Amino acid sequence: MAPPGSGKTMLAKRIPSIMPDLSFEESMEISKIYSIAGLMDQQALISIRPFRSPHHTITTTALIGGGGIPKPGEISLAHLGVLFLDELPEFQKNTIEVLRQPLEDKSVTIARLNASYKYPAGFMLVSAMNPCSCGYYPDRNRCNCSVNHIKRYLGRISQPLLDRFDICIEALQMNYKDLQVQEKQESSEEIRHRVAQARRIQLERYQDQNIYFNSQLSPRTIKKYCKLDEKEQSLLEEAFNKMNLSARAYHRIIKVARTIADLDQSERITTKHISEAICYRSIDQKYWGE
Amino acid sequence: MDQMEYRYWLANLPNIGVKKIERLLDIYGNSENIFRSTNEELYALKKEGAFAEHMSEKDLETITQQRDIDMIHRNYTKLINNGIYFVSREEDDYPEKLRNIFGAPYALYVKGRLPRKQDKLIAIVGARECSPYGKEMAKYLAGAIAKEGIMVISGLARGIDSYAHQGALTVGGGTYAIMGCGIDNCYPRENINLYMEMQKEGGIISEYAPGIQPLAGNFPMRNRIISGLSDGILIIEAKEKSGSLITVDYGLEQGKEIYALPGRATDHLSEGCNNLIKMGAKMVTSPKDILEDLLPQYVENADQSGHGNIVLSAKQYKVYSCVNADPKHIEEISLLTQLPMEQLMEQLLELELRGLIRQTLKNFYCKEL
Repeated sequence: MAPPGSGKTMLAKRIPSIMPDLSFEESMEISKIYSIAGLMDQQALISIRPFRSPHHTITTTALIGGGGIPKPGEISLAHLGVLFLDELPEFQKNTIEVLRQPLEDKSVTIARLNASYKYPAGFMLVSAMNPCSCGYYPDRNRCNCSVNHIKRYLGRISQPLLDRFDICIEALQMNYKDLQVQEKQESSEEIRHRVAQARRIQLERYQDQNIYFNSQLSPRTIKKYCKLDEKEQSLLEEAFNKMNLSARAYHRIIKVARTIADLDQSERITTKHISEAICYRSIDQKYWGE
Repeated sequence: MDQMEYRYWLANLPNIGVKKIERLLDIYGNSENIFRSTNEELYALKKEGAFAEHMSEKDLETITQQRDIDMIHRNYTKLINNGIYFVSREEDDYPEKLRNIFGAPYALYVKGRLPRKQDKLIAIVGARECSPYGKEMAKYLAGAIAKEGIMVISGLARGIDSYAHQGALTVGGGTYAIMGCGIDNCYPRENINLYMEMQKEGGIISEYAPGIQPLAGNFPMRNRIISGLSDGILIIEAKEKSGSLITVDYGLEQGKEIYALPGRATDHLSEGCNNLIKMGAKMVTSPKDILEDLLPQYVENADQSGHGNIVLSAKQYKVYSCVNADPKHIEEISLLTQLPMEQLMEQLLELELRGLIRQTLKNFYCKEL
């Protein structure tokens, strides 16, 4: 969430550049979907991660798949890649709400009279939005939106959907100085290296389980793989009580903290990782214009 | 009909406003006499020029024709049964402060109770579309003032007004709302919780009878009651041309002290306040500035402002000293403190859990005042 022109879209488009290369199996899976959809374009195999960014006028059918003989929709075409929804509140409300179930199941089932079709939909959902319709809230020198207006704008996305985002950040308008930074920052190549490493750690950790990544942990396996020491436990407990977190938010925070620790190459989850994960937790509507 | 019903009748005559009622009372003394006046009497008075230009023939007709005793009785009983308290200038209960202002309303409708003679009231008003800074300060100042037993009076509008009421209620203080519509109509609707809550330790007051819609013209008028009932007016945020300044104008006319919260020179929402300060309003940077005027024996407790003595680590101190009432984004704080993001997040969370800072919006932090 950020004001216009602060780089939300640019940031989202760079996400595939830090994701690990496709394995052969993944490549095959994606190719199958694209082949069904008739999008192979003379290639033998799809070898780059999909990045789909449908326009906000998209219909529900185009998003989840459909038609007389259902074809895969955008969410299946983004399988193992990124589905980017720019200007999230501009989408039709029921269009984005249908994402809730595929996000949990990683697949979508479309039933027709004669058959029912199941397409994989294991995508990473990335979306961007402005904080209000003019885009500048809380800078009151530029934003004249009324509190109700702002509430209504954010209200177009339901809280259950917002809850499903693991990481939410509100970015700030860039100023001229930021654009002129000479400092060397971590390049995508280096980040990708770290991501690949974290992924290797996870594969190793979960080799005797049926899962690959932290995001697939169930509450039971969280207890096993995300052990927290007393200090971390008490921090989380305090945050849980004071911030009125839900059980879902609680588990999400632990999973995100585990991933941050993995990226940090740390075996233990420390308070630092927990704090960062809490900082990323999803937007709470209560923050808007109460 | 009893006395109250005559008064209720007089207050509800269509098109007979404050000035006409005042004139009639000057001549007849009380509402019962007006009710008993005859057609010929009134016309004779008009001919003599007793009403000056105030009364038209239609008005005289209204006074003599609209005397349905049953209906008046029914409506008045309904009012009382709805828990609405009706008070007119002919009673001793009518607030003394209001009696003396120009254009004082003839009657008031009250839910809850009227301010007592010894009660001190401070009006806190400001912009509807306020900034997070205005919001925090309104809540804080209202809370700090209400804690000392001073009532907060405002207009129940969105923005600053609501936050001022809220601030007073959270510390268990009394607060009054003056409505620009009928008293039974909670406008704006989203403030229904405040509307209900306020009636316990304060009240809702309106000069408009139940059922009157929130017309735009009513709102500047009710501002004279806000300022009239108060002992001082605090403006939190106002643009250069703001409705809150109408309250200030009334206040000056009525001889009230004006207080204003300063803002940055570049903030449009503080232009009105900064101008007021230039013109001689008292600048308010802490609740003390107001309390010392209203409570002669007021002494500031050492631990009253802020959180008393707090022990912070070096890093926490660095972070804490960067936040204030104007919410700052985490990136700004990071630039100011030069702390790497992951360390900063850890410090911020700890300060937040200790109740020293608060997130107003996602990733925007302000000091808990």
